[in-house]
Amino acid sequence: MPFEPRSRLLEEGEIRRAVTRIAHEILERNKGASEVVLVGIAARGDDLARRLAEEIERIEKVEVPVGVLDISFYRDDIGLHAEAPEVHETRIPFDIAGKTVVLVDDVLYTGRTIRAALDALVDFGRPRAVQLAVLVDRGHRELPIRADYVGKNVPTRSDDLIRVLTTETDGNDAVELGEDVS
Amino acid sequence: MIKNLLSVTQLQPEDITRILDTADSFREVGTRVIKKVPALRGRTVVNLFYENSTRTRISFELAAKRLSADVINFSTSGSSVAKGESLKDTALTLEAMGADAIVIRHSSSGSPYTLTRWVEASVINAGDGTHEHPTQALLDLFTIREHFPSFEGLRVAIVGDVLHSRVARSNVHALTRMGAEVTLVGPATLIPPDVPAWGAQVSHELDPVLAKANVCYMLRVQRERQRQQYFPSVREYSRLFGLNRERVAALPEGALIMHPGPMNRGVEIASDVADLPQSLITDQVTNGIAVRMALLYLMLGGAAEGAEEEAS
Repeated sequence: MPFEPRSRLLEEGEIRRAVTRIAHEILERNKGASEVVLVGIAARGDDLARRLAEEIERIEKVEVPVGVLDISFYRDDIGLHAEAPEVHETRIPFDIAGKTVVLVDDVLYTGRTIRAALDALVDFGRPRAVQLAVLVDRGHRELPIRADYVGKNVPTRSDDLIRVLTTETDGNDAVELGEDVS
Repeated sequence: MIKNLLSVTQLQPEDITRILDTADSFREVGTRVIKKVPALRGRTVVNLFYENSTRTRISFELAAKRLSADVINFSTSGSSVAKGESLKDTALTLEAMGADAIVIRHSSSGSPYTLTRWVEASVINAGDGTHEHPTQALLDLFTIREHFPSFEGLRVAIVGDVLHSRVARSNVHALTRMGAEVTLVGPATLIPPDVPAWGAQVSHELDPVLAKANVCYMLRVQRERQRQQYFPSVREYSRLFGLNRERVAALPEGALIMHPGPMNRGVEIASDVADLPQSLITDQVTNGIAVRMALLYLMLGGAAEGAEEEAS
């Protein structure tokens, strides 16, 4: 949909510092990273998951496995849109059974994506625990879901749009608040 | 996405690429411990098979089941068709029971098209007479794409009973659309006269074509459809047009061997050739499930026609 930016919520440096802080929080809460795996939700959650893994490796000298999860097949709105949702790659090349899985996404909004991701995860095995890390929490939850690690809480109107750009996917890092101008 | 898939000629190159890309994701589902996703929960897919089939019917059945759709298998023996029910009445009955998609195989060319005039459900052609078998062509392209990055300029030889082969027809259309160069090889009696209009080359000699082929696609000699004598003997056919070890040795490095199945071992393909590592016949079967999942997902995963796009 056409996006018209109104303001910038996070600059490149702020995103970098938020990722570093979340990496520290994950290590603190899980007493290290030996049983932790990261699973990013496509698209852009996987970019953030890889950055978190790099930070954790830098801080703790532990290599954390990173997977990418596409939740298209688990959405609750299949059949409501004119076209079937576009499908991305899923690649979780390690066993999640018994691990603490940190799900990573760019924006937490209604919680429906996370609900779908939780359903998808259990098809891969039974994790010991699942935690959620997001870059932006914009409120307006429609399901009883909350994040364990948040880059920034942003109060929004429900008709606002949030756009997250990552260097890996878009060429630069930014989080913008704007509106749908269609 | 299209509502019905009757012929490869409905698909633009970008549609084909989208189907193959989506199939990539579904192939990953087939490697999981739990090979099932809930994408098409509550949808009903009917397999309406008026001809015998093992791989296509089971492949569609598995594809629909791995998407969590409900599947009904309907075959002519032991059904109302044996009592003389017409195709139209059978189709209307199935639709009245709530079918969202009908996968049809029929010995009459064009019957899937006729079906679309009677039912609201999506219709997928799983082989109609000597006309087309579009999902076979799509799974063949998917299999080739795993080994060659682009179809542009790729040389594909399709060898054998082209006249009776809906697989050949669909593959020529799909491959030429994607930029491949297709040569049809077979005895003059088994090459239809309208082939130049398909955009393919024709040769009645196998060896010169093989020397340059990136893909050697062997067709089954369809003896059940041959109503007259098209070649003097199976032995002679096999000597002139069968793929044996010597001919495999003449193929360029990295060339692929394919066959849509079921094979007549020892007729169009020597038994030991079928089991070579560069023979992708079982890969084709595995990929068929992913490609059919992608098609069902793209065709049934959107809203019914006329529904409004809703903001996510």
